[in-house]
Amino acid sequence: MSRITNLSRRDFLKASAAATGALVLGFRMGQSANAAVAGGDIVFNPNAWLEINRGGEVIIQVPWSELGQGALTAVPMLLADELEVDFGKVQVRKARNDPRFGNMGTGGSRSVRTSWDPVRTAGATARVMLVAAAAKRWQVPVDECQARLGVITHEKSGRSMTYGAISAAAAGQEVPVDIPLKPKSKRTIIGHDMPRKDTPDKVVGKADFGLDQRLEGMLFAVVARSPVLEGSVKSFDDTAALAVPGVTRTVEIETGIAVLADHSWAALKGREALKIEWDDGPNTGLNSANISERLAAADPAKAPVMRGDGDSAGALTTAAKVVEAVYELPYISHSPMEPMNCTARITGDRCEVWVPIQSVTWGESVAAQYADVPRENVTIQPTYAGGGFGRRLMVDYVAETVAIAKAVGRPVQMFMTRQDDTRHGLYRPTSRHTLKAALDDQNRPIAWTHHLAAPSISGQLNPERFSDGRDEGAVNGASNLPYEIPNIEVTYSMVNTPVPTCWLRSVYNTQNGLANECFFDEMARSGGHDPVQLRLELLPKDSRLRGTLERAQKEWGWPRKLNSGRGQGTASHSSFGSHVTMMAEVSVGDDGWPRVHEILCVVDCGPVVHPDGLNSQIQGVVGFALSALMREEITIRNGSVQQSNFDDYPPLRLKEMPDVTVITIDSEDDIGGIGEPGYPPLGPAVLNALFDATGKRVRKLPIAGNFKG
Amino acid sequence: MAQLTLRVNGKSHSLDIDPDTPLVWVLRDHLDLTGTKYSCGISECGACTVLVDGAAERSCTMPVSDAVGSEITTIEGLGVTELHPLQKAWIEDEVPQCGYCQPGQLMTAAGLLNRNPHPSEEEIVAEMSDVLCRCGTYLRIKKAVAKTVKGGKS
Repeated sequence: MSRITNLSRRDFLKASAAATGALVLGFRMGQSANAAVAGGDIVFNPNAWLEINRGGEVIIQVPWSELGQGALTAVPMLLADELEVDFGKVQVRKARNDPRFGNMGTGGSRSVRTSWDPVRTAGATARVMLVAAAAKRWQVPVDECQARLGVITHEKSGRSMTYGAISAAAAGQEVPVDIPLKPKSKRTIIGHDMPRKDTPDKVVGKADFGLDQRLEGMLFAVVARSPVLEGSVKSFDDTAALAVPGVTRTVEIETGIAVLADHSWAALKGREALKIEWDDGPNTGLNSANISERLAAADPAKAPVMRGDGDSAGALTTAAKVVEAVYELPYISHSPMEPMNCTARITGDRCEVWVPIQSVTWGESVAAQYADVPRENVTIQPTYAGGGFGRRLMVDYVAETVAIAKAVGRPVQMFMTRQDDTRHGLYRPTSRHTLKAALDDQNRPIAWTHHLAAPSISGQLNPERFSDGRDEGAVNGASNLPYEIPNIEVTYSMVNTPVPTCWLRSVYNTQNGLANECFFDEMARSGGHDPVQLRLELLPKDSRLRGTLERAQKEWGWPRKLNSGRGQGTASHSSFGSHVTMMAEVSVGDDGWPRVHEILCVVDCGPVVHPDGLNSQIQGVVGFALSALMREEITIRNGSVQQSNFDDYPPLRLKEMPDVTVITIDSEDDIGGIGEPGYPPLGPAVLNALFDATGKRVRKLPIAGNFKG
Repeated sequence: MAQLTLRVNGKSHSLDIDPDTPLVWVLRDHLDLTGTKYSCGISECGACTVLVDGAAERSCTMPVSDAVGSEITTIEGLGVTELHPLQKAWIEDEVPQCGYCQPGQLMTAAGLLNRNPHPSEEEIVAEMSDVLCRCGTYLRIKKAVAKTVKGGKS
């Protein structure tokens, strides 16, 4: 064995986040490659996105990771529509790290919305160059030529030419600027249901996930990590581990002891046979109860004001009535179906990495650091990811893998078991929300206050930068309360803990959206108002969110006549540039377990690029958010995460899945994201419906046994 | 270690292996059939499901020695000359998102149809509830199985 680094895992994440500014998952358009003749078979490469080869094959590079959200299809659709090619023939590639794409990171529901202008422009630019080259060869005016399905035609002379035939000449054209993009009426791919590019491989077992990577001479590695958060290895004995047939060696890294073997099972058996004495470190007294107490003890008077409209304190003292409630949410785990893993090969001063990852550029940075090679010598090849949900924005598993590969001098695939993935995850922060509403004598709100106490994901990663306690990200979905109320105050108490945290699908909107929309329901009902009517009265007339609520009201027939025992609820929330209203119909079964029968979802995300993809994302996020709401909870006992697998952290199953109807308000308004915005309204719509059905408010999640007995 | 012969997708493979090795690792690491997925290792999620003599079984908790003498079918062997009707329905209905659980979903559905070619919707839901999907493709799974039962019509 050998000891190779001495940074703790938390220190590593802090250091590397600071070094790369990786929290800014920014993006800039791939700069032109000067339309130069590219290497090999590629003859036309006008920008980072597009390559056309001699055979006329169109290859589109996608810098957004394919996590299941459909980026590998929807982003190329943008380009292909403007390029005027047959989408069925377009080939797509998962782009490697490439500085032309800027900081590559897949998060914030950004893939399609930030591609909307630059990628369409990339396609249009290439089309104009191809057509110009053809016109030049034919000595005819450009505007007499037309491009369609990869062929340029000049009708007057009856001539035509494929993109492949003219692509080398197109490479010599000047790169045009200010090209008009197609109006909606002319789009033939955008807004239409194109077949997903990844589906055929995914139904025959050929899709290459991270765990499917195989390299010559590769070893499989698993890591024994401290069961207690921030614990470390005091000493270990690997004699029995090394005796397991197939185990080749062990190596100590900063997070624990890696066991390497010729195949996965031997690595697992070897790890079981390790004898490790742990130094449990400072957190053996950490329990979920302590953390809840710390959140409850956070003083709102000392909390930074993140939004302050008017005089909420004054309005609360003079109000005819004050409504108040506290909502508490647990830590939850992403638990994508494919556990964290990474494959790395270091050869001389080069490092190659194959990995299911969201933060490609951050991955490049930590690989360079741990391989001790220049960044430009690092290749990050994203694989298909078996889910991500934000977990793969963190690159702890890349660092571990590269560290092991560096130490052993062989290609390595490090994988987490499900137990590792659950126990050594980074979690959606727990949170506590204290909400108050001051009502006038008509029971209309004149003030709304929301005090959030929660760990800060950014603050835990980067304590110096957030030393003033102001994390704007933590109040996403709280500070942008959409209702017209004269006095609004949102305060935030940053309560950081040793429990590692990470962005999870819609991030703090998961908590703030739920607290807002449940409390709105409480406020409305306590004053005798219909919750939909009161929302409509308080949402600005031109608000797109209001548009989704009006449409939902009509489609649902709110308030709908229900069978006995059933309840209905509603919630509306804007996030990631999109606006969503959900309505839910629920009941509680004889077993005391809630049943969600139906969800209506109305979405305004501006232009819809791939309608069926949107439908799939909304169906999916309903399942994902409902799963968390019903029973997902990560708890800490004596400094250890208590859950470990799908038996004690049980996701939703098909039999619990409601019917989902998705309606989109297709418009040319600003484009929004779709992977995340469906999450926030699901929970409050269901909880409000459960109140309607039972008269019971659930304010502490998950629902779990709340309706039993 | 033991000498074993394993029949997978119609071919015989000789292995010198720890007979306790779970079948999933044998398929993935020794036979390079990576279509079968590891996810939980405790038979909770079903991502590793394969057919053993036509019946859906969890390969993550089945010692390879228990599979000797049986005909094992993995996702790679489900539709060899042409796609299985379930795979066709999966493509038509665009079932997968991340796709990681889908081999297990498909093999579970194939096992169901082998046993019961005309399951009711309740039977489909009951059987397919055994296989987890974090992306939430459940409604499409249900639809695609039902469609296959009806000969490819929705």
